Amino acid sequence: MSDPVLSVKGLSTHFFTRAGVVKAVNGVSFDLARGEIMGLVGESGSGKTVTGFSLLGLVDAPGRIVEGSIKLNGVELTTLSEAELRKRRGHEISMIFQDPIATLNPMLTIGQQMKLAIDAHERVSAAAARSRATELLTQVGIPSAAARLRAYPHEFSGGMRQRVAIAIALLHRPSVIVADEPTTALDVSIQAQILAKMRALARETGTAMVWISHDLAVVSSLASKLAVMYAGRIVEEGPTATLLRDPRHPYTAGLIASLPAMAKPGAPLNQIAGSTPSLLSLPEGCPFSPRCTHASGQCTTDADMTQNGGRQWRCFHPVGQTAPEPA
Amino acid sequence: MSDTNTPFRRFWTEFRENKVAVFALAVVVTMILLALFASVVSPQNPYDLANLSLMDSRRPPGFVGSGGYTHLLGTDPQGRDLLSAIFHGLRISIQIGLAAGFVSLTIGTALGITAAYLGGRIEALIMRLVDLQLSFPAILLALVMVALLGQGKAQLIGALVAAQYAYFARTAYGAAKAERGKDYIEAALATPLSGRLVVWRHLLPNCTPPLIVVATVQIANSISLEATLSFLGLGLPVTEPSLGMLISNGFPYMMSGRYWISVYPGVALIILIVAINVVGDQVRDQFNPRLRK
Repeated sequence: MSDPVLSVKGLSTHFFTRAGVVKAVNGVSFDLARGEIMGLVGESGSGKTVTGFSLLGLVDAPGRIVEGSIKLNGVELTTLSEAELRKRRGHEISMIFQDPIATLNPMLTIGQQMKLAIDAHERVSAAAARSRATELLTQVGIPSAAARLRAYPHEFSGGMRQRVAIAIALLHRPSVIVADEPTTALDVSIQAQILAKMRALARETGTAMVWISHDLAVVSSLASKLAVMYAGRIVEEGPTATLLRDPRHPYTAGLIASLPAMAKPGAPLNQIAGSTPSLLSLPEGCPFSPRCTHASGQCTTDADMTQNGGRQWRCFHPVGQTAPEPA
Repeated sequence: MSDTNTPFRRFWTEFRENKVAVFALAVVVTMILLALFASVVSPQNPYDLANLSLMDSRRPPGFVGSGGYTHLLGTDPQGRDLLSAIFHGLRISIQIGLAAGFVSLTIGTALGITAAYLGGRIEALIMRLVDLQLSFPAILLALVMVALLGQGKAQLIGALVAAQYAYFARTAYGAAKAERGKDYIEAALATPLSGRLVVWRHLLPNCTPPLIVVATVQIANSISLEATLSFLGLGLPVTEPSLGMLISNGFPYMMSGRYWISVYPGVALIILIVAINVVGDQVRDQFNPRLRK
């Protein structure tokens, strides 16, 4: 943990819309070690996708990274020029998108697309490119990979296409892969296969991953570390097992309680009352306080991150602790 | 799944199922061949004035003229063998139709894709100009252009291109705009791949299906537009009659019972345009499965 491949500090990405400033990401910090998989969890609109896009410098106008630092292998990304960023994208840091249909060009064979992706960063012979592509397709579990290079995307199923997308993301052995809900569009059995594959790949290649998902159950089986986002902030972070067993932030506790597996069969599912606040007008202090059963007057001021034994949370009234932590 | 199953082969297998379209395609191919080899299959060279005899003018089908052969479809007011004139007229019509079609395809596609790719002010400028032009009837634009440019093949093609490129621009723009927003284009643009490469390898190939459809229809349109201009006397010189010119030449004699001078070139024109449109419809149906019953 001494030398993280990716280190994010105080990242804030705001969108300057006509209706006002949308604080999609508001002071997010985390470190990622080599080969580590971090799950970034939160509900829709909590800023997890924007966080992922910010990491690659892909936030489009009217959005902008307003402050914070992103260090990839020690290099500050936020101050790099677009040309410098392009050299790193797909090479040192890549992304896997949610929709495996739109990520592949329907008019090119898989082989041609992988060749293009290699060409973007390196000069290699066609034969070398082919063998590298074949090797990676084999690694992500595509049978008779060499023959499949000549196939078009429509000849693949959704799960296969997502594997191809993962293989393309891995082509240059990046230090970090940002995966934005890559298994959401797939059925459960395929999902499990891909998760297993990703875990093995992270271990083999040393690639670290930020796995963005709204599905706590999916990430918890994959990630060694979880970060829970709410309204543009990380409200709690820690090792997956401890965080799930013993959540500190009331929001995390609510998320875990609302997992269908936690409810008795036939009983209504648990839910967190209320809905996410508008990012245009966040409440004073803790954005979760209007929905929180633990909230007090203190919650209208900002809570600092409480560090405790490898985990941290941002709450005055953490769950599972009798005495309120001193602010 | 293997090499034999190329997109083109799959396309042809499906195309073959529609017997009418296959027949229409055969008609189009035959007419193109007739046009290409017009000087071989024609009994007479209708452009060689020394060959023509006024004694033979306006003769009905079946007449044996001074050349010693039967005029199967009769002769026109200049004493041309109508069958030969139709073959040669087909050549000019198809030439002009194809040339105008491909030039407007190229210009229109370039403009549409540039607009969609670059976006912003350039997009607004190009597309508003295209919209403006589409609000005029094509025939009016073509008439004005011919009046400005004068007569001749190149001028005529220029006028047709000016009247038609906008349809291609619109189509290319629409298709490219839709593709532009997809992840694979975004992803390609996020890497050091050059913009030119992204346009050629990613954007353009994915815009071709609708463009092929518009191209077939527009080639038929430019042939009929050229015929219209020629009929109005604004097309090519009388010495090299296109189909429209032949129809126009025979028009004064329609009422006096010499129907063949106008009717046979007209029939040839209709067959050509209908055949191209039937082929075009089938191509469109195959590219757009939602239209299929």
